Amino acid sequence: MINYMATYKVHVIIENKPGIRDPEGDTILNDLVLKGSFSSISKIRSAKMLKFEIKEKNKNLAKKKIQTICDELRIYNPVVSKISIEAFDD
Amino acid sequence: MKINVKVGIIVFPGSNCDRDMFHVLTDVFNLDAQFFWHEKNLPSGIDAIVLPGGFSYGDRLRAGIIAAHSPIIKDVKKLANKGIPILGVCNGFQILVESGLLPGALLKNNSLSFMCKWTNLIVENNMTPFTNKLKLHQKIPIPIANGEGRYYVDDSTLKKLKKNNQIVFRYSEAVNGSSFRIAGICNEDGNVVGMMPHPERATESVINPIDSKPSSLIFESLLSTIGVQQ
Repeated sequence: MINYMATYKVHVIIENKPGIRDPEGDTILNDLVLKGSFSSISKIRSAKMLKFEIKEKNKNLAKKKIQTICDELRIYNPVVSKISIEAFDD
Repeated sequence: MKINVKVGIIVFPGSNCDRDMFHVLTDVFNLDAQFFWHEKNLPSGIDAIVLPGGFSYGDRLRAGIIAAHSPIIKDVKKLANKGIPILGVCNGFQILVESGLLPGALLKNNSLSFMCKWTNLIVENNMTPFTNKLKLHQKIPIPIANGEGRYYVDDSTLKKLKKNNQIVFRYSEAVNGSSFRIAGICNEDGNVVGMMPHPERATESVINPIDSKPSSLIFESLLSTIGVQQ
């Protein structure tokens, strides 16, 4: 049986949960964007992105594997952060 | 002649307060302190553990998370379950939180700045191995030095911390945006204590312009816990 493995790029965005203050986003909004008179902007949240490359059978499995890694190794702290994961063909 | 109390100081790549802690434990309090590299196992016969401050793994990903996966943390957890006194200071506190030994999270200070200044703590629990010589609500002048020192817990966990008397130290005034001005907490059993401020920088009058006695009592509490009279 041939094992078809492909390389996928998986992006993980780690950000504070909605109720958790994000002073970095607030500062960018209040001290940069609004002072630059871009008054239509109402909110900025900062985040950290990790870009994984992974060999898997399909995109869905690649995404699931990365979710497992993030949960098991506490890549994000579930007390304060949430993650969103997107997978792309290489 | 050292007092026969063995205190293990865990050293991670990037720890930088390990020697200060060693100096205070050995030269000020005459204890038998030893360094243990994070990749090693802990021997038996350790009376207390200190996780010192610093920037383990350069705070990569987030402060304390990578060190929390170090091999030695398994042994630290075993000792924690046995009731051995464990103190985490600054990055040591962050590592205890990230390893799940203490609840909550430590986030970037509201100021977004690295804060290095003297603060005042208020003792909220004087029954832990590191506070039993202090009076309830006693004030401790003590320095902080951190960028990710804003302690966060959700409301339900905060209620639990209050109910179980797990809040050990609070700042006397708002410093960095911490939930309920929390500066230090303990686990449910009270033997694992984490605090952001640096007691090892405040126990000697030569480097403490305000009052070195309260911080000294943190270490004297440990001595009294282990049954050694100063």
